[in-house]
Amino acid sequence: MSRARAAVAAVVDPEIRVVTIDDLGILRSVLEDPATGRVVVTITPTYTGCPAMDVIRADIRRALAAAGHPDAEVRTVHSPAWSTDWISDAGRAKLAAAGIAPPAPVRRDGVVPLTLTVRCPHCGSPETEQLSRFGSTACKALWRCRSCSEPFDQVKAL
Amino acid sequence: MDFALALGDDALIAAQRLAEWTTRAPEMEEDVALANIALDQLGAARLLLSYAGELEGAGRDEDTLAYLRDDREFRNCLLVELPNGDFAVTMAKLLVLAAYQVPLYTALAACPDERLAAIGAKARKESAYHLDHAALWVKRLGDGTEESYRRMQAGIDQIWPYADELFAAWPDAPVDPATLRSEFDDTVTAVLAEATLTVPEVAWTPAGGRDGVHTEHLSYLLAEMQVLHRAHPGVRW
Repeated sequence: MSRARAAVAAVVDPEIRVVTIDDLGILRSVLEDPATGRVVVTITPTYTGCPAMDVIRADIRRALAAAGHPDAEVRTVHSPAWSTDWISDAGRAKLAAAGIAPPAPVRRDGVVPLTLTVRCPHCGSPETEQLSRFGSTACKALWRCRSCSEPFDQVKAL
Repeated sequence: MDFALALGDDALIAAQRLAEWTTRAPEMEEDVALANIALDQLGAARLLLSYAGELEGAGRDEDTLAYLRDDREFRNCLLVELPNGDFAVTMAKLLVLAAYQVPLYTALAACPDERLAAIGAKARKESAYHLDHAALWVKRLGDGTEESYRRMQAGIDQIWPYADELFAAWPDAPVDPATLRSEFDDTVTAVLAEATLTVPEVAWTPAGGRDGVHTEHLSYLLAEMQVLHRAHPGVRW
């Protein structure tokens, strides 16, 4: 991995700081011009209105400047549309370790995600219930475990 | 430009209305839900208005289009500018809006215009979630108590005439909304049936939003939305 790619891949999500933008699949590509050192980074938002995008762009530019690439451009694309299926296995493990249930796989034959049983990220129990279909950020819903009574966030399948 | 502007204005005005519920929703979870849906609408509005500005080629960006146009220059449908009413009216509005936006964005995702196709592919997933949410509430309220049934039916009755405008024929648009009507009818009719609600008879079908002829409600909404930008032109956070 190039130094530029490594620097960008290490940028953390400003709203879920345990995972990087690479873990989440927000980072699509890092292209470096070997002659000039100029870097073009392509990212995609999780949700169209995600308010973290401005911070992510600034963090990418800062990380690249620190890695010796002050000449950087951050492009935002919307196609193909982000899916929670792009969250890496490492990302899912980090989310679970932080008490955030990772998303279920998305059903591919329709646009409405299928809701499967969500396991409690604290005690592992499948006895959970959804408290709210919307949560503290655009990408999360609020759940509660009926076994250990702890509330927890879940990344909504999209 | 007109089509992107119309869709962008739908999403922008819907976002502004939904945001009015913040701190006023009947329960905390619903407060969060309506704010989230408003944020999704705002996200789509930003993409659509930015694109509309580029197509126009007169140097107007998303902020200029949102904050520096008067009511007659807005192209949103009347549905989204109507006052929120009670929670049942808001859910009736959201059901109609989402049941229109889902097939609209889905069709847009397959249109030849790459920018609109990308926006459609992205926004349809969010709209599908909004539709789910509105349908759950309409069923819960319609098939609930006598009072919740009465208010949900009243909400549907009040909103229903405004659905017609969404599907007015627009043959040279990337997606002709008239082609979406049957899917919309199927979706909404099924939800209302499960909710034990009656599809209203439509006696009049107000329209004019796409031509800039709005209800008086839009001016007040814009006054609140635009006041800061107009009082302090170019102000930034």
